[in-house]
Amino acid sequence: MSDHTEIDAVSGTSTTGHEWDGIKELNTPLPRWWLLTFYATIIWAVGYWVVYPAWPMISGYTSGVLGYSSRASVAVDLANLEKLRGAKMAVLATIPVGDIEKDPALLALARARGKAAFGDNCAPCHGTGAAGAKGFPNLNDDDWLWGGKIEQIMQTIEFGARSGHAKAHEGNMLAFGKDGVLKPDEIVTVANYVRSLSGLPTRQGYDKAKGEKIFADNCAACHGADGKGNQELGAPNLTDKIWLYGSDEATVIETITNGRGGVMPSWASRLDAPTIKALAVYVHSLGGGK
Amino acid sequence: MNKLTRPSELEKATEAPLYAARKQVYPQSVSGTFRSIKWRLMAVCLGIYYLLPFVRWDRGIGAPNQAVLIDLPNRRFYFFFIELWPQEVYYFTGLLILASLSLFLMNALGGRIWCGYLCPQTVWTDLYYAVERLIEGDRRERMRKAAKAADGGVTLQRMYEVTAKHSIWLMIAWWTGGAWVLYFDDAPTLVRELLTFQAPVLAYIWIGILTFTTYVLAGFMREQVCVYMCPWPRIQAALTDEWALNVTYKYDRGEKRTSLKKAAELRALGERVGDCVDCRQCIAVCPTGIDIRNGPQLDCIQCGLCIDACDSVMEKIGRPNRLIGYDNDINIQRRMAGQPEIYRPVRPRTIAYVALIAGVGAVMLYALLTRHLLDVNVLHDRNPVAVRLSDGAVRNAYTVRLLNKHSTERTVTVGVDGIPGLKVHVIGNDSNGSDRPSVVIGKDQTEELRVLLTAEPDIRLDASSPVIFRITDVGSGEIATARDNFVTP
Repeated sequence: MSDHTEIDAVSGTSTTGHEWDGIKELNTPLPRWWLLTFYATIIWAVGYWVVYPAWPMISGYTSGVLGYSSRASVAVDLANLEKLRGAKMAVLATIPVGDIEKDPALLALARARGKAAFGDNCAPCHGTGAAGAKGFPNLNDDDWLWGGKIEQIMQTIEFGARSGHAKAHEGNMLAFGKDGVLKPDEIVTVANYVRSLSGLPTRQGYDKAKGEKIFADNCAACHGADGKGNQELGAPNLTDKIWLYGSDEATVIETITNGRGGVMPSWASRLDAPTIKALAVYVHSLGGGK
Repeated sequence: MNKLTRPSELEKATEAPLYAARKQVYPQSVSGTFRSIKWRLMAVCLGIYYLLPFVRWDRGIGAPNQAVLIDLPNRRFYFFFIELWPQEVYYFTGLLILASLSLFLMNALGGRIWCGYLCPQTVWTDLYYAVERLIEGDRRERMRKAAKAADGGVTLQRMYEVTAKHSIWLMIAWWTGGAWVLYFDDAPTLVRELLTFQAPVLAYIWIGILTFTTYVLAGFMREQVCVYMCPWPRIQAALTDEWALNVTYKYDRGEKRTSLKKAAELRALGERVGDCVDCRQCIAVCPTGIDIRNGPQLDCIQCGLCIDACDSVMEKIGRPNRLIGYDNDINIQRRMAGQPEIYRPVRPRTIAYVALIAGVGAVMLYALLTRHLLDVNVLHDRNPVAVRLSDGAVRNAYTVRLLNKHSTERTVTVGVDGIPGLKVHVIGNDSNGSDRPSVVIGKDQTEELRVLLTAEPDIRLDASSPVIFRITDVGSGEIATARDNFVTP
C-alpha cells in the first residue's frame, strides 16, 4: 500500500490517495461476483488467443489451434448458399431463356443474379446502371446493334462481338478514308448526308445528290439503302437519334475515315450458363429489350 | 507513512479485501396490504406471461391464429387485430415512448412502483423466495440452516431441501424460457414438438438461455441485479421530485427510537420519544436487506413490505400505523412545523406526462386506424436517370414495390398521373398492351416491379416533372399513390 493510507471520516473506508478538487476517492472493495466475472473474462481472452488466430507476428500471425480462418468460413458459407439455391438455379439452367420472364419468381431470381453478375463483369464498360459510354452501348435504350430480343442478347453475351470466338458476331465499319476508298471531300459530303438521315442539320451548300450517290455506292451494302442498318452485320441504324460514337459532324467524319470496330468479349468461357441466362434476362429487363 | 493515521485504522485499511463478499439477505415473510397487492400483481403478471401465447385469434385460412405472435421467418408481428410489417416498426418506437412516459408518470405519483411491484426481476425473485420459504422455512430457520451448512453440518434433510428447492427453481426457470419461445411460433404445435423432441434446435437453445438467466437472476443474483446492474434506480433518482410519494420512514414520528419499556418510562418523565421501538422488522422483511430508516436510497425497490411489517408492530403496541408509509419529505417538514399534510397528485409534471401519453397514444391510434392495407413505394433509377430512345422518346425506369397487407390475393392496376400520354410498361407483364397494366399480388405479400414510363417525342417536358403512381385495387377500388419525378436527359 502507498503512504497515502487514510480513513474517510464519514464512511470509515480507506481512501485511495487520489484527490480531485477536494473530493477523495474511497477505496471501496468490488463485489466478489464482479471480480470473479472480471477474472473469468481474462481467462476467456487467453483461451481465445490460443483457440483463434490472434497475435500478429513478424511475417504472419498465430493461427490458433482450431485453424479457423475467416476466408475458409466465407467459402463454406458460399458453398452452403449455392446448395440452398441449387434447386432454383437448376431450373434457371434448364428453362429456355425466353420463358424466364413469364414466371415472376424466376424473373426476380434471374434479375437479382443478373444484376450482381452485371456489376462484377459488365459494369467496367457499360457502367453500373448499363448507361454505357461513347463506344460502349447504352443497354437501357432500344437501339441494338445485334438485336435486342432476349435470345439475341444472350447470344451476344455468350460469344461476344469481334471477340475471336468462332460464333462471335462479325462485321466491321471500314476505314474509307484511311484505306483511300473515299477522298476527304467525299467523306464530308457523305457525312452530311448521313446526318440528314436522322434529321440533323447539314453544312450549308453541301451536295445532297452527291452524298446520296456516295452512300448508295459505299454504305448501303451494310447500312441498307434507307440507312436503317442491319443487325446481322451489326450495322447501326443511321436514321435514329442514338449514336454510339456521337452524332456531330467531326465524329461522323472520323468514323467514316478510320472505321469502327468495338469489341464485346465472349463470356462463354468465363461465366456459367445459368449466369449468362440471368444476365440476358437482367439486360433485357433494363428496358431496351424488344 | 502518514503520521496522522492511527495504527489501528491503518491496519484495517491495509487489510481491506480486494473484493466485498455479498451479504446474504434472508427476507422474512410478512402479511398485510402491500404483500397482498404484490401477490395479486404477481399472479396477473405471470398469468399474462405464461398464458398469452395460448390465446387464439381467428385471422382466416392460411394466417396464424395466435393472438400475439412474432413471426420472424415471415417478418410479421401479430397482436390481436393488429398485423405489423417490418416497415411499421415505428409503432414499437411509439410503444417504447409510451412505456417510458408511463414509468415517468408512475414515478412522479408513487416512486418506484415499477421496481417494487411489476419489474420481472422483482416478480420472479419474489416467486423464488416463496418457494425457498416453503421448503426451507422462514428467515430464522433459513439463517440457522445456512450457518449449520457452513459449519459442515450436512444432513440428509438438508440435502433433500436444497435439491427440492433447486429443482422447483429450475422447473420455474424452464417454464419461463419455454413460454418465451411460444411467442415466436404456434404455441400448441410448438408445445407438442417440444415434448416429442421435434422442435427446432433454436427453440431448445433459447429455452436453455432463458432457463439459465431466470435461474441465476432470480435464484442467486436477486437484489444485486437492482443494485449493481439496473440503470433505472440511477435514472429514477434524477426524475423524482419532492412531491412524489415514496416508501418513507417518518422520522418526525419515529425518533427517538427506543424500546417499548424505556419509551414508557421516558414518556412518564415528559420526554419526547418516537414510535419506533427499534424492532428491526422493517429490515428483516426487506428483500434488498436495507434499513429504510436511513432515508431514501438506491437499493430500495419500494415494494412496501416494510410498511406491512411496521404496521403489524404498531398494531401490537397500540400506536397508529404507517410509521413507515408512502410519504414525502414535504409532509415530514410540514408536520414538524405543525402544518397540515398536503398531497398533490395533480401538478404540472403529472399533467405534462398525462398529456404526452394521451398525445402519443392518440397519434399512434390515428396512424393505426388510417394506415393503408395497400401500399406502394417507388424508387427512380439513378443510373441512368433518363434514356433517349431511337425515335427521340424519353423513358424513365422505376422500381415499384407493391405491398398487399390483406389476407387475400389482389389484382391491381398500375397507372400514372401527372403527365398526359405517358406509356406504362411493366417488365414481364402480359397486360402491357392496355393503358393500365394489371398485376396480381399474393395475399400478405410484397411485389417488386420494374416499371418503364415513356414520353413520346412530341410531348414537351420540363427537366423534371412530377408524376404520381396510382395503384388501384380492381376489386375494392382502394387506391395507393406515390409521388416521383419524370426526368428528361
